[in-house]
Amino acid sequence: MSQASDHHEHPPYLQHHFETAGQQFDAGKLGIWLFLATEILLFGGLFVAYAIYRANHPEIFLYAHQYLDKVLGGTNTVILLCSSLTMAWAVRAAQLGQRKLLILLLALTILGGFGFMGIKYVEYKAKWEHGLLPGKHFAPHEESHGEAPAPAPAPAADKAPSAPPAAIQLPGAKGPLVVERSRIADSATGPTGTLSTPEAEAAAADRVHLGQRPSNVQIFFSIYFLMTGLHGIHVLLGIGLITWILVRSVRGDFGPEYFTPVDFVGLYWHLVDVIWIFLFPLLYLIG
Amino acid sequence: MAKKSAHPQVGHVLPLRVMFGVLAMLLIMTYVTVAASWVHFGRFNLWIALGIAVVKASLVLLFFMHLKYDKPFNAVIIIVSLALLMLFIVIALDDTSEYLPNQIPGYAPSIKTNPQ
Repeated sequence: MSQASDHHEHPPYLQHHFETAGQQFDAGKLGIWLFLATEILLFGGLFVAYAIYRANHPEIFLYAHQYLDKVLGGTNTVILLCSSLTMAWAVRAAQLGQRKLLILLLALTILGGFGFMGIKYVEYKAKWEHGLLPGKHFAPHEESHGEAPAPAPAPAADKAPSAPPAAIQLPGAKGPLVVERSRIADSATGPTGTLSTPEAEAAAADRVHLGQRPSNVQIFFSIYFLMTGLHGIHVLLGIGLITWILVRSVRGDFGPEYFTPVDFVGLYWHLVDVIWIFLFPLLYLIG
Repeated sequence: MAKKSAHPQVGHVLPLRVMFGVLAMLLIMTYVTVAASWVHFGRFNLWIALGIAVVKASLVLLFFMHLKYDKPFNAVIIIVSLALLMLFIVIALDDTSEYLPNQIPGYAPSIKTNPQ
């Protein structure tokens, strides 16, 4: 530290506590992979919630997924896959010292990120307008958008028994779905919890058969918004990180000698892509 | 298996042919998984979708994320974390199904939802 003569020449990007640039790169890469492992476990908790609710209440998932647009979801998958390619290509450009190409590819990757978030916005907005919201905010309504949101989880329950809750139909949603029964008895229905009479069981089965809304559909939307929301936050973070890399590439920080940040941000971006690869079929492509 | 070069820190440079080949396979599989979702295979729908997702994720991890050419220890980290996640999911699912036969109808917490 004190005597410059103790040191051989080393490039500005090489930190003092590393022997070589290669060692520094490998240590950093190990750290990034450890971080990605914690990311997998972070999303893992939500995947477990998904697995348990879907296993116990398949009818909720079958019913609710028809309100997700497969075309929009699929388009987002394609966008994210293409932006993964531009990111991998950007790493290659940095390795080969192709600065202009690197800048172009990073810009395209950011564009992909914004495209993804744009479609996500359209999807969220449609859910919001139809009251397809998580937990106690779940208040689906078909026509009257000015309707005051009901505090109860299922406002359809307040209607007269003669009028069964109408099946909410979005344009494009197809008719009655494959029939699935909840694996857990619908016992949380009566005021004292003593519901599971044969008549009530039959009524619940009829609702499902008619393609009408089963109980507790809000659970699906809670899981949907949590999983895609956390993923969306990761996309936004990725856009920010790639912007930072883009600014540094314009400045000319990267080349064959040093491209560590490009590589590491790329790994993060690919992991966000990998998580979406699982979210898309699990949420959009049910049944 | 990073090739030794004058710049050892450059590591493996992914050929463009491989890169676009991987993207093409990913896009084809995306198409297949969406198409398969319109067809009803019963319970197999979930396993088809998950199988395709696993293959797609593996392609991204192996090629875009360079795991195939990387130091094996990085792969060990990610495989261990995925194995632990599988353990978490399998044990939690097994546990919840274990309790199902013991549920006494009418003794769940009483949340008023749907009178029918």
